Amino acid sequence: MNKRFFGDVTALLGRSLRHIGRSPDTIITTAITPIAMMLLFVYVLGGAIRTGDHGKYVDYLLPGILLITIASGISYTAYRIFLDMKGGIFERFQSMPIARSSVLWAHVLTSVVANLISVVVVIVVALLMGFRSGAGVLDWLAVAGILLLFTLALTWLAVIPGLTASSVEGASAFSFPLIFLPFISSAFVPTDSMPGPVRAFAEHQPVTSVVNAIRSLLGDQPLGDDLWTALAWCLGLVAVAYLFAMSVYRSKIA
Amino acid sequence: MTEDVTPTIQVKGLEKSFKDLHVLRGVDLEIARGTIFALLGSNGSGKTTTVKILSTLLKADAGTATINGYDLATQAAEVRESISLTGQFAAVDEILTGRENLGLIAKLRHQQDPGRIADDLLDSFSLTDAGGRKVATYSGGMRRRLDIAMSLIGNPPIIFLDEPTTGLDPQSRLDVWDTIKGLATGGTTVLLTTQYLDEAEQLADRIAILHDGTIIVEGTLAELKRLYPPATVEYVEKQPSLEDIFLAITGTPSAAGNAAEN
Repeated sequence: MNKRFFGDVTALLGRSLRHIGRSPDTIITTAITPIAMMLLFVYVLGGAIRTGDHGKYVDYLLPGILLITIASGISYTAYRIFLDMKGGIFERFQSMPIARSSVLWAHVLTSVVANLISVVVVIVVALLMGFRSGAGVLDWLAVAGILLLFTLALTWLAVIPGLTASSVEGASAFSFPLIFLPFISSAFVPTDSMPGPVRAFAEHQPVTSVVNAIRSLLGDQPLGDDLWTALAWCLGLVAVAYLFAMSVYRSKIA
Repeated sequence: MTEDVTPTIQVKGLEKSFKDLHVLRGVDLEIARGTIFALLGSNGSGKTTTVKILSTLLKADAGTATINGYDLATQAAEVRESISLTGQFAAVDEILTGRENLGLIAKLRHQQDPGRIADDLLDSFSLTDAGGRKVATYSGGMRRRLDIAMSLIGNPPIIFLDEPTTGLDPQSRLDVWDTIKGLATGGTTVLLTTQYLDEAEQLADRIAILHDGTIIVEGTLAELKRLYPPATVEYVEKQPSLEDIFLAITGTPSAAGNAAEN
């Protein structure tokens, strides 16, 4: 990292933000699946789901839907990195006197911006569906912080298939299991209705603690340990995914 | 050549294997400043691998190289300051416009006034009219011209061109040739790989033939010609080649080349 790093990242960030600006369909397709799920669960299945003392089901559901939004959004990050690798532009950047990690950081920051937009779109739709929150500014900032860390963790994870995949399908398919992870968590139904082993998995995987933390913040409920567990998961995932992605990157750039 | 006799590119014993495939088996090269050097070879002979190693994209298994006075292995950052790579496939951003592509590279090369640099280059490569269009709409020849224009930003003293005319139509090919000749006239050192013998013959001051991972012969065109049986005189009716006919029918004077020589 040197003094050029920020200038180079800014130039490359401008480039990939233009890509998003010129193909807004990437934002729309990212948001459309979670919105469809939200409609399905609230208006079709939700009536039969008991969530305990929570009020409206859409309030209960939204945190999990936001995580699904991010999980589907990062597949575009893998896709964009894959295209740079296949076209010659990645090699052009690597043969230029630029800070070498700036190419990846630009994609990562672009992913953060794109996912932020998608998340806002989904929240707006949720508001139209009757979602209401009594959360204050600090609570919302905490929610934004958790979502940011979650996005960074999944984005650095997405960098790995982006760099290594041999086909477009391979580059974007890895996100499907991530989209399904919220189903085996507290995102849609409380975990205490699940059979033993499933419940054990659900309660100890990162999505549950992240969902519970966001739900408590938005619902003005006591946070308990969920916030710290969620932060530990997110920071741990960011660190591991970053280190792994960077080692893959270094092996690619000689 | 009298004031500066140190070769600007010096390569000794370069070796590279991909698993069991021994691509380079000891390549030696010396390229003088301001000359066009053609690395000639068939597909799979190791031309691209050589260029990738010299442009710091791949690490050699063995051997040393000095580029513009910098050691390839230990001063990669300085080497990257000195070179520009135009790879085998046009390395342009399809979604950006031509002008934005040039501006991006100018920013990454830390130039003052990227906008003016972009406009000047669009002008000298006859791309001004297309400058505001997405590159996805460009023809192969326009893409290659933009690609080469991007490589000139920051005036790197050494330019690597990996098969610059593969897949181009005859007119675009002539335009690219004119551009390359213009570069060497301006003092840039050009290392060019090609599988077209006439391309090397047209452009290169010196030619090396890479075969099975080593340089089997190296010299000027005249030197190479002396290695082979003396020319015999035959009388053959001069028929126009299909290329001559094609250019005569469709021919417009080479605009990009004329401008690049200014």
